[in-house]
Amino acid sequence: MFTIVNREEMAGGTVILNEIEAPRIAAKARPGQFLILKANENGERIPLTMAETDPEKGTVTVIYMVVGKSTELFRRLKVGEAFQDVIGPLGQPTHIEPGKKVVCVGGGTGVAVLHPIARGMKQAGCTVTSIIGARNKDLLILEDKMGRASSELHVCTDDGSYGRKGFVTEVLKEKLDTGGVDQVVAIGPVPMMKFVSLMTKDYGVPTMVSLNPIMIDGTGMCGGCRVTVGGETKFGCVDGPEFDGHQVDFDELILRLRAYTEQERCSHERCKWEEGGNA
Amino acid sequence: MSTAKTTRQAMPEQPPLVRARNFEEVPLGYTPEQAVAEALRCLQCKSPACVQGCPVGVDIPGFIKHMAAGDFDKAIGRIWERNSLPAVCGRVCPQEIQCEGNCLLGRKGEAVAIGNLERFAADWERTHHVCELPSREAATGKRVAVVGSGPSGLTVASDLVLKGHEVSLFEAFHKPGGVLVYGIPEFRLPKDIVAAEVSCLQAQGVKLECDVVVGRTVSVEELFEQGFDAVYLGVGAGLPKFMKIPGENLVGVLSANEYLTRANLMKAYLFPEVDTPIPRGKHVAVLGGGNVAMDSARTAMRLGADRVSLVYRRSRDEMPARKAEIHHAEEEGLNFELLCNPVRYLGDDKGRLTGIECIRMELGEPDASGRRRPVEVPGSEFVVECDLAIVAIGAGANPLLTRSTPDLPLNKWGYVTANADTGKTGKKGVWAGGDIVTGAATVILAMGAGRKAADSIHEYLTWGW
Repeated sequence: MFTIVNREEMAGGTVILNEIEAPRIAAKARPGQFLILKANENGERIPLTMAETDPEKGTVTVIYMVVGKSTELFRRLKVGEAFQDVIGPLGQPTHIEPGKKVVCVGGGTGVAVLHPIARGMKQAGCTVTSIIGARNKDLLILEDKMGRASSELHVCTDDGSYGRKGFVTEVLKEKLDTGGVDQVVAIGPVPMMKFVSLMTKDYGVPTMVSLNPIMIDGTGMCGGCRVTVGGETKFGCVDGPEFDGHQVDFDELILRLRAYTEQERCSHERCKWEEGGNA
Repeated sequence: MSTAKTTRQAMPEQPPLVRARNFEEVPLGYTPEQAVAEALRCLQCKSPACVQGCPVGVDIPGFIKHMAAGDFDKAIGRIWERNSLPAVCGRVCPQEIQCEGNCLLGRKGEAVAIGNLERFAADWERTHHVCELPSREAATGKRVAVVGSGPSGLTVASDLVLKGHEVSLFEAFHKPGGVLVYGIPEFRLPKDIVAAEVSCLQAQGVKLECDVVVGRTVSVEELFEQGFDAVYLGVGAGLPKFMKIPGENLVGVLSANEYLTRANLMKAYLFPEVDTPIPRGKHVAVLGGGNVAMDSARTAMRLGADRVSLVYRRSRDEMPARKAEIHHAEEEGLNFELLCNPVRYLGDDKGRLTGIECIRMELGEPDASGRRRPVEVPGSEFVVECDLAIVAIGAGANPLLTRSTPDLPLNKWGYVTANADTGKTGKKGVWAGGDIVTGAATVILAMGAGRKAADSIHEYLTWGW
């Protein structure tokens, strides 16, 4: 059983952390890899990149925003309750080159995925400058942890309620102008990764992004997670989740992520309505 | 000769237009009277050719003799001696080219309906629970890891657990059954049946572990470190092939693997009662001509499509699907666009599929497969309008496990190299069988490969070679 041993609410309850018992996965997982989780018998298989692993304790941690029925079902699971299925670790781990000067850019819950990568890079002797952002102060997560994983941390909010007012790309531009940046890692909403990649391309700075396309099995069997990278079709689940941001066709990815918008809305509405009826 | 002797008992079926809109099984199964009448047709040949045609060598006249006497319990017992999945095989084996294809009666008239009889015996047992499970030999203390719970893995697990070995069956998905569960639709093989066959194995002592992706969660090497004495790889050929033509990543173009997995494993046809959605196309094009294409097309009809077209580049005679499936699909209203090859997908400004530009083909000289090669007719381009396209043009070797097992010899297409008689691979203690060795084939061939490998593994565990 994949029992939840720790649960936290962040960003006013819109973002949830679950630490889950999964010893086999915890023993193998490396930064950048993802899991597939399923709440119950009729649940969907949802891919989430791991935020933390503890091989000694035998646990893995995911942090996700509640956006639809499946994440709503995840949200309702209490400590001591279990996910019916957790599969992993899937995808390729992050390739970390020691001693580089790296800028890590994170937006929204992408910061949760960015954190173990930034920490891994710092441990490998990289100089890590991090820029994290959220729409407002309440939605900002993991500021402390990102601070510890970085030599330098910048915080932005869209509305200026905390840190610097504006987008992460503005701070990034300053860093790029200063020069000396070997690599950028950008993880967050697809438009953010797209604009970061467009910007770094001008500066010729290699940029790695982590994608979360729609998929079922996570083992290369369904091909639902097709992304175009450098004009070639890749499978997000086995070739990724990390890709060269300069090569990714983000516009196609955005359209593909909308494939089931209507059904997702229907499912979520129903779920909320049923909860209302039971209350 | 009476007519009962000469005429094959017809399988009762749901009427085409009724079944084309539901997911219930198409054939309803024989009544006990029909089963006996059909069994009485068997000539009980002294050297039965039907058995030669069975990849797992079921004693066909033997079990039919019991059925003719109305002793269904003994019949199923006899089948179980060679086949651990009779309810499955009775439904999905290509009997017309195996046992029934060899039946003496078939030379002048109709072959004995061996598949229908096997199915009846298995269903009878499942609903009446009359028969004792086959007994297990004394424990040997040897441990075998079976990777993949599809037809070949289930066969290996069943054979080896009965021989007294400790068997762990690893499945990457959250449910066991492999292609029987994610690939073959409910209306052809109800999932309860697969679940029942798997529980039977568990009752015999097989330890099932789902959600374990061997190659990721644990490697083959680690299985040995954990104390397994032998490993069987039956992971299937799970890598979808695409046409590699422009527009293939439009929303609305799915691999058959994805479409069928959504429908079958995730039961998305029940959405929103279950949480996984599936695209419900109005005009659906299915690319390909095999069983998977038929399953996809018939699923699309059941999901309410107005028109489903099968786009296939050769002619009907070259279609690799089972004859019964083509016939069933046609009865249900499938539209055939034969000698027709997709050139590119067309989409709108939202990135959604609106049609496929195709070109007409004609048959030229025979190619390597012995089938006449389709050649394009210049200037014959036309558009098949559709909002959903399902690509069912075959599968390749999924590299996930093989790449994580560096010393496992593969052929140039990435399939595992294994001895055809024993399933032995080039890595010590590792056997392989089914689609990961042969490329996409049938359930029963995978089971046959599993049977041979199980014999070889048993010898290895007993004698050490």
